[in-house]
Amino acid sequence: MNIPSQLKYSKSHEWVEILADGSARVGLTDHAQDALGDLVFVNLPQAGDPVAAGEVLGDVESVKAVSDVYSPVSGTVAEINETLLDAPETINQDPYGAWFIRVENPEVPGDLLTAEEYEAFLATEG
Amino acid sequence: MKLIFEKSVEGRSCSILPPCDVPAAELPTALARDKAPDLPRLCENDISRHYTQLARRTRGVNGGFYPLGSCTMKYNPKVNEVAAALPGFTDVHPLQPAHTVQGCLEVLALAEQYLCEITGMDAMTFQPAAGAHGEYTGLLLIKAYHEHRGDAARTKIIVPDSAHGTNPASAAMAGFSVVNVPSAPNGCVDLEKLREAVGPDTAGLMLTNPNTVGLFDENILEITRIIHEAGGLNYYDGANLNAVMGVARPGDMGFDVVHLNLHKTFSTPHGGGGPGSGPVGCKELLRPFLPKESVAQGPDGYALEDQPCSVGRVKEFYGNFLVVVKALAYIITLGREGIPQAAKHAVLNANYMMECLKDLYDMAYDARCMHEFVMDLGRLKGETGVSAMDIAKGLLDNGIHPPTMYFPLIVHEALMVEPTETESKETIDEAVEVLRRLYSQAQEDPESLHQAPVTTVVRRLDEVGAARHPKLIFPQ
Repeated sequence: MNIPSQLKYSKSHEWVEILADGSARVGLTDHAQDALGDLVFVNLPQAGDPVAAGEVLGDVESVKAVSDVYSPVSGTVAEINETLLDAPETINQDPYGAWFIRVENPEVPGDLLTAEEYEAFLATEG
Repeated sequence: MKLIFEKSVEGRSCSILPPCDVPAAELPTALARDKAPDLPRLCENDISRHYTQLARRTRGVNGGFYPLGSCTMKYNPKVNEVAAALPGFTDVHPLQPAHTVQGCLEVLALAEQYLCEITGMDAMTFQPAAGAHGEYTGLLLIKAYHEHRGDAARTKIIVPDSAHGTNPASAAMAGFSVVNVPSAPNGCVDLEKLREAVGPDTAGLMLTNPNTVGLFDENILEITRIIHEAGGLNYYDGANLNAVMGVARPGDMGFDVVHLNLHKTFSTPHGGGGPGSGPVGCKELLRPFLPKESVAQGPDGYALEDQPCSVGRVKEFYGNFLVVVKALAYIITLGREGIPQAAKHAVLNANYMMECLKDLYDMAYDARCMHEFVMDLGRLKGETGVSAMDIAKGLLDNGIHPPTMYFPLIVHEALMVEPTETESKETIDEAVEVLRRLYSQAQEDPESLHQAPVTTVVRRLDEVGAARHPKLIFPQ
């Protein structure tokens, strides 16, 4: 399972990447995409929408089910990755490249997991 | 194989009508179509062969074991069809005066009486066309009940995650917001979380018991009491009634409104267009809100009457009437002794099959199951890469319809198996042997299962393509 060391993770299987300008990109982890199976639709918020840590930011639909995606950070959506809307399969192919939203002035909760902690968490979740 | 539209040849037909012996009448031009409908033109022989070919390519209960969890694919006795084909039931019009269709009305009245007895309800409507339609109708009753009392604050329906999959969608459709309550580790409702979720905004709860992982929730009386004390009503999803019919009644468990799936529990054909029937039963307090036109016994026999605060029609006329005829034939055939026997046998078959498999396959819940059980293939997938999907496809190569896959959502690599009571020990033993063989195959040659099915008419279907770019009309 691919768990890049420079990212932070939530227990609901989203990743956060803090960019050089201080904003944060959010996406779904490799584990999440593997568990969900082939994704066919993605619903994203709009630029300008507020997001709150632990609250739903959108959802993904796989051939198995529709699942909510939770925001690991709080802030305002600066940008969404529109290419995902037409090509949700890129989340399966490249989960850490296929970011969902970029959040401006993100408030990053202290309890997000490091790569090592997330790996340990996955092991306990079975 | 070609579609019937592609086989169409202009000018061909199969109806040879006798010469017209009455004056021809023309439709008023305002009512006539601008152009003829684009219907396929074939002779009878071609039509017959077309549908025979289609039937050969499909898989149904008549073709073999069909343990599709939560769908109760029991055998549909042919005597039901004989009853439903009687001209007194087929050669009638829904607008005929009541005194000319007393037999049909008696079917509805009798079916209502028996099904109310089985469910512990006081009244029933047969309008809803299938299960989810029944859920929607039941929720409209709950909504009308609260509104009629002038209580507009009750906007939330509580749906535990062990409830049936369609419940949250039906609640949203009926205009409620949905409160999800996670289940406890034993797969049943978490009472503490339920107590935290209820309040003056609680309109009701939706639940199925046995629940969606095949377990009977032993706290059911406490669950329905918590909802009642908060001022809400309890909705019973009848999807899993087959496990308890004639043994335990939703009405006695504290439920106020139920829907039944006649096409599951009461042995009428379903899957591939059925049609279904999702009657809704309720306690006396909800009777005034039932959809329009219930059957009542009056001084001159059976008559139709409207309830005073009816929510209106949810379907035209009396629902899928002939399905009710078939279900009534089933109930009368089984009788007071047979109905609970069928339920107990369904539970026995499921437990027998689970016991025969649990040394190899992990069971999601290590407990006595009801009419179905859930296998968790997470460990197998981790060890061999063979998923629940691969095992399901392997079953197809062995002439068995797969169980329900990836449901319930609370179990990740889920296969949900419901053998039903109409399967013999030999059939179940054979399915067990196939599943055990597939387990060994997963260890020894996982790639062969990634490739399955290889013996079916079509191999793996493009599910992503079907979800993203469905072709719904012909011609494109």
